[in-house]
Amino acid sequence: MSRARLLAAVLTALALLLTGCAPGGERRADGTVRLRFQSLAWQKESVDANKRLVAEWNARHPDIQVEYVQGSWDSVHDQLLTSFEGGEAPDIIHDASDDLADFAHGGHLADLRPLLSERLRADIPARSWETTTFGEGVYGVPFLQEPRVLIANRKILQASGVRVPTPRKPWSWAEFRQVARELTRAMGPGRHAVAWPLREPVSVSLNLGLSAGGRLFHREPDGRVTVRFTEADAVVPGTVRAQVVEDGSAPRTTLGSGGSDTLPGFFAGRYAMVPLGFAYRQQIVQQAPEGFEWTVLPAPAGSGGLAQGVSPQTLSIAADSPYKKEAAAFLDFLLQPRNMVLLARGDWMLPTGTAALADPSLRTERDGWATGAALAAHLRPAPAPSVRGYPEWKDKVATPAFQEFYSGAIDTVELRRRLVEDGNRVLARYQRR
Amino acid sequence: MSAFRTTRPARLGQYLALLAYLAFLAFPFLWLVSTAFKPAPELASLHPTWIPREPTLANFRQAFAEQPLLRAAGNSLVAALAAALIAVAVATPLAYVTARRRGKLAAAATGWVVISQAFPFVLVIIPLFLVLKRLHLINSLAGLVLVYVVWSLPFALWMLMGYVRAVPAELEEAAAVDGAGRLRTLVSVTAPLLAPGIVATALFAFVTAWNEFFFALVLLKTPEKQTLPVVLTHFLGAEGVADLGPLAAAAFLATLPSLVVFALLQRRITGGVLAGAVKS
Repeated sequence: MSRARLLAAVLTALALLLTGCAPGGERRADGTVRLRFQSLAWQKESVDANKRLVAEWNARHPDIQVEYVQGSWDSVHDQLLTSFEGGEAPDIIHDASDDLADFAHGGHLADLRPLLSERLRADIPARSWETTTFGEGVYGVPFLQEPRVLIANRKILQASGVRVPTPRKPWSWAEFRQVARELTRAMGPGRHAVAWPLREPVSVSLNLGLSAGGRLFHREPDGRVTVRFTEADAVVPGTVRAQVVEDGSAPRTTLGSGGSDTLPGFFAGRYAMVPLGFAYRQQIVQQAPEGFEWTVLPAPAGSGGLAQGVSPQTLSIAADSPYKKEAAAFLDFLLQPRNMVLLARGDWMLPTGTAALADPSLRTERDGWATGAALAAHLRPAPAPSVRGYPEWKDKVATPAFQEFYSGAIDTVELRRRLVEDGNRVLARYQRR
Repeated sequence: MSAFRTTRPARLGQYLALLAYLAFLAFPFLWLVSTAFKPAPELASLHPTWIPREPTLANFRQAFAEQPLLRAAGNSLVAALAAALIAVAVATPLAYVTARRRGKLAAAATGWVVISQAFPFVLVIIPLFLVLKRLHLINSLAGLVLVYVVWSLPFALWMLMGYVRAVPAELEEAAAVDGAGRLRTLVSVTAPLLAPGIVATALFAFVTAWNEFFFALVLLKTPEKQTLPVVLTHFLGAEGVADLGPLAAAAFLATLPSLVVFALLQRRITGGVLAGAVKS
């Protein structure tokens, strides 16, 4: 080899080394397409279900192979953000609808409208699609969701003789407060009817607030979003505060807790009911002492019925993926009714798909599935996550305001002032034109 | 010496304070160990006990069954060892020169250390990601090692400069007077005196890399490459929910290498830390 050729070879090698590598999916020499699917499933049943479905797909589609990569809810936003900026994002992305807005607005996610099958579009209700629609585009398939329910100690409830609510005949918020007072009296000192785990008070307040007709966020005729705190918005927060501050039917100590932290007290009979996400049932099944009897009740209803806000889990496709059609075909397979049932059962959540929701295994009374399934029709998009500036409003204004309100440090007037006046100042910065 | 003599109550107070401090330090680790051996219902007990009522290895079995902990630990070990060795190999000669030849170079090195510590991870991660991508070092342990070396180098340099300064230059001059060349002086006089410092620095670099999470999370894409801190997060769900038992079991195992290394090298580290404490 001449010197010139050697030099050219070295330079070519260096150039190849220094050039960027292909993002996400790749096509191997044999023509096989490889897609990376980052799943956030973390519980054994759920991980097993995902892996099983990926294996099934790979066996059926030797030319489109999917690699299963486990991510973590804890760090997914930062990880995805970096991957998107670096052009190395997974092809298929599991996340939640309240985390998608920034990525969708940033152009990192593919608009799924031209990619999704008619079957999938028709199977999932329009209100679920709303959670992943930003502007004109649809940037994720909402596939699993969980309502907030009251998980109750069956024996305490039966012994008290209070009317047990059902999805057909739920408690009103006023009735819930009254029942909680009675239960607390019957349970004796040091015990409480309900323990509110309110470490994240904003989403609980906003999502349950829909049941009383609350909205908090209003779109003005000029397209801007502002915060208003009406009588309807005050019903749920007012009830919780009254239970803690006036009635003593809810303890102050759990206000800063997460859902899991309330379970020891619940199992010990210290609390009769705990408002938790539907998926917490799995922890209860795993951790409840032998002989502990529990049941799932619908959250109280108001003028909005049993409505409550949810931010479903989603599956998206990276805008940079060179194999969007193949990725969409995999999504269509993964979200076939039979498979959606598997995923829902694995995560102890409800599927958004109407066909999957009709599956008998999700309609059984066992472990409260039937109650959850009955609530599915009432679930609405969480009121705010798509509003620009919402994360800052939530962290800087609403979280401290709700925390102080629930603990009794401030009253409704001050809560309203902070949410509305301080809150609108924050939102205005994001909506300048 | 009489100035340091303390009364008995004062001594008792000192021991109590020390004991309280040790308890404070040990509490999280002991609780982790206790949790690792508890069955699920005990984890949700209203009156948790230090000693598990029904100790079990089920959490360890589950942790190993659900996640590739051994493979991840292997990756962490390779990355941390390589990072520690390279960081020390690069930092030692640099620290020696900087410490012995005070001047603009030393001032610049010190300035670099201070400035580099001011950048948070999130600020550098995207540019770093792009650079590594250009070098085809995304999703490779080599890329991760490179990042760890760069990340720990300033502090390693800072530590080692202190250790070098603590070795009296007079000793090297005495060796030179006795006829030893520069290399002989470095190998026979300086290196043995510097050894504790080098070990302490390597340990610092090792533990930093062993525990590091964010770079590994972002830079490693496939399960085969993931390190232990990244795999540990797979036991965490949304909204702070966690599979506590297996998480504690895996986290307990993850702390063992650091503990073992510290235990084995404790004397050398203490020697290294004390070096330079008294002005000669």
